Amino acid sequence: MELTQSRPPAAASGPDKFDSVCAILERYSYQPAKLIPILQAVQNEYRYLPEGVMTYVATALKVPPARVFGVATFYTYFALEPKGKHVLRLCDGTACHVKQSIPILEALRRHLGLDEKNKTTPDMLFTLDTVACLGACGLAPVLMVDDVVHSRMTPAAAVKLVDKIRTREQSAN
Amino acid sequence: MIKQATVTIDGRDVPIEGERNLLELVRKAHIELPTFCYHSELSIYGACRLCLVQVEGRGIMGACSTPPEPGMQIRTSTLEIREIRRITLELLLANHEGSCPTCTKSADCKLQALARRLGVEKVRFKALHQPAPVDDSSPSIIRDPNKCVLCGDCVRVCNEIQGIGAIDFAYRGSQAAVLPAFGKNLGDVECVNCGQCAAFCPTGALTPKPEIEGVWKALNDPKKKVVAQIAPAVRVALSECFGATPGEDTTGRMVAAIKALGFAAVYDTSFTADLTVIEEATEFLQRKTKGERLPQFTSCCPAWVKYAEQYYPELLPNLSSCKSPQQMFGSLAKDILPKQMGVMRQDLVVVSIMPCTAKKFEARRPEFAPDGERDVDFVLTTQELGRMIQEAGLDFRAMEPESLDMPLGFHTGAGVIFGNSGGVSEAVLRYAVEKVLGKPLDKVDFPQVRGEGGLREAAFTLNGTTVKIAIVHGLANAKIVADKVKAGVSDYDLIEVMTCPGGCIGGAGQPVPKNGQSRRARTRSLYENDKNLPLHKSQDNPFITQCYERHIGEVGGEKAHHLLHTHYQNRRRLSGPEIPLGEGPASAARVQVKVCAGTACFVRGSQKLLHALTAYVEERSLQNAVDVRANFCSEQCGNGPTVIIGEDVLQHCTFEIAREALDQALAVQK
Repeated sequence: MELTQSRPPAAASGPDKFDSVCAILERYSYQPAKLIPILQAVQNEYRYLPEGVMTYVATALKVPPARVFGVATFYTYFALEPKGKHVLRLCDGTACHVKQSIPILEALRRHLGLDEKNKTTPDMLFTLDTVACLGACGLAPVLMVDDVVHSRMTPAAAVKLVDKIRTREQSAN
Repeated sequence: MIKQATVTIDGRDVPIEGERNLLELVRKAHIELPTFCYHSELSIYGACRLCLVQVEGRGIMGACSTPPEPGMQIRTSTLEIREIRRITLELLLANHEGSCPTCTKSADCKLQALARRLGVEKVRFKALHQPAPVDDSSPSIIRDPNKCVLCGDCVRVCNEIQGIGAIDFAYRGSQAAVLPAFGKNLGDVECVNCGQCAAFCPTGALTPKPEIEGVWKALNDPKKKVVAQIAPAVRVALSECFGATPGEDTTGRMVAAIKALGFAAVYDTSFTADLTVIEEATEFLQRKTKGERLPQFTSCCPAWVKYAEQYYPELLPNLSSCKSPQQMFGSLAKDILPKQMGVMRQDLVVVSIMPCTAKKFEARRPEFAPDGERDVDFVLTTQELGRMIQEAGLDFRAMEPESLDMPLGFHTGAGVIFGNSGGVSEAVLRYAVEKVLGKPLDKVDFPQVRGEGGLREAAFTLNGTTVKIAIVHGLANAKIVADKVKAGVSDYDLIEVMTCPGGCIGGAGQPVPKNGQSRRARTRSLYENDKNLPLHKSQDNPFITQCYERHIGEVGGEKAHHLLHTHYQNRRRLSGPEIPLGEGPASAARVQVKVCAGTACFVRGSQKLLHALTAYVEERSLQNAVDVRANFCSEQCGNGPTVIIGEDVLQHCTFEIAREALDQALAVQK
């Protein structure tokens, strides 16, 4: 499974998204054995797996929806809730943990008004997740912002990164 | 002489005779290895780790997942294995809600029995488990996740025997759970209420939903007259609740016990099974003569009916329009008994006693509640009747037999064998063959349709016409046959479908079988019951003839249709959200367009339709006036593709039809 998620296409309009789900299913020839790559591709489209779309995939592949739900909940990569436009993945593997990843997590949560249960900001700009290991232990502690790895993070640096993205987004609007 | 291949089990040589795994071999040697997740009818899962054995030279292995090899030396109960089994049980118990005294599964719980058997007297581990809500949304089954041991028996029976997969494992590790799709309630998904998950569940995590309290209330209401109807399969299983060997026919004592509970009269569902035979066979002969809507599927099994409504909308016209015997009894009883018993219709309470959990769902179907008053007020399972008898303190085994009440208690053997797989076919044959040949049958038995196989075939030639019958039990088998019919490659005329293994005798409302022989014994007992009755053909039942003369009129006539026949409807599998195609939430101010993306409509091109409509909306810049959504199943599958615009349901929809309707809706909106 890929660790990095390619940047989701800029807010595609609804029917295009649904069309691409149909195209994804087509591409995998409606094979039930390809459920995982299909769900990955669908998630890239929607940034999460909406229930209706999962039902649609189940129907198209002729597998029970409960099976699709089982696969989607088994892998942490899959999200059942909409993710923010930017996904922050803080590594909390052993190396990052001993190099103080938790203070970074706490600082980010405080700054974004998030907690263990609420992982996405109300404006849908950021989602903050922890991951077990990004395999970049030499650069610990590590924070991934979308598909870019930021090394040797501190709480202050992490907050600064987030603010930079926010400013950029605001000026873009 | 070739030396017989053997495995040495605890020092004894046991011959290998086609056993698929060591577990079967060990059990053949009369050593009862403990298991949660092993069932001979299901695939091997190897998860519970209780059937461990020591294999010489290999170590400790799961007996269920190890094939026997000649010369193997195995031990089944070393100190190490004993310790492992006990720790496994202890860990399961640590996270198990220990409400044993109030659990309905208490006496039949495998977890409890094994803990006792393996000598687990203390649980040393702390519970990590967070209590989860109990799901009682289904009319048939209660799901209590707090009692689940994750053996997966329910998941596999639903998938492999019934071909549905309404429940599956979700999440992982300590969060793992068996759940319906998207964590919904069982009542909101494609579950057909057969209850086999509950029949296979070793604990109280899945149990039939009881209706005992309501029945006690009715029995204690002086205004009410409470009558019972008993399904055929109940009589050969009830005594298992009282420790008897399976297959004992207890009709007389059962009637006595039900009367002792306070019922005003005890009737027999076999009576309306006889009625079903007449109506269904007549319907079949008509269809066969005209050559239309063949093959005819039976309709007495409510789980099959719901399955067909969900998965085979195009085959619904092929289902017999006959109500099931339970519902025929309900409508007939509510039609004729109030006058006979001198009560108002609303004061007559019909309680059916069934081997089945899906009957609880069937009795609640709105079409069986004319003017909101149900034809069948309560459905008790065999287990529930057993519990009521126990609660009343009746000594069942010592009861003096009593006879069923007339006229709705008089039945022939044809009505009784309905409880066995193949029984409906045989009963129909006993009527139809006589009717076609125009002379009495020499022999009433049709052994060709009997048997245990999940998919059986039989063919009969009558006056030069061949009638081909398929008999299936288990919905996975029904699917095989239904797919053939759908593809136009079946040459069957009549297809009998029963959802539960072996037919109703294997229903989920029956007492929990102690071993695999229970079902066989019940089947045999029902055929014996038929033999011991004076009449074997439904058409010989004098009270049926009388019933037609006095109440129903003509066979297949107008009143018969009103009282004894029904209709079916397409049914969506999941309740769930639509897939919004536009941005933002739906707005009531905009015209709502829903294109069905369910299976049947998808096959008929709903995707193209969806695309054309969204393109149309964009082209004309109507995004602020119209919401286009894909929705799951508008329950109009036979007439798809379906598009709903505002309140209008457009069947066999094309882009032109949809565009016209949309333009009209927009004009009205303005």
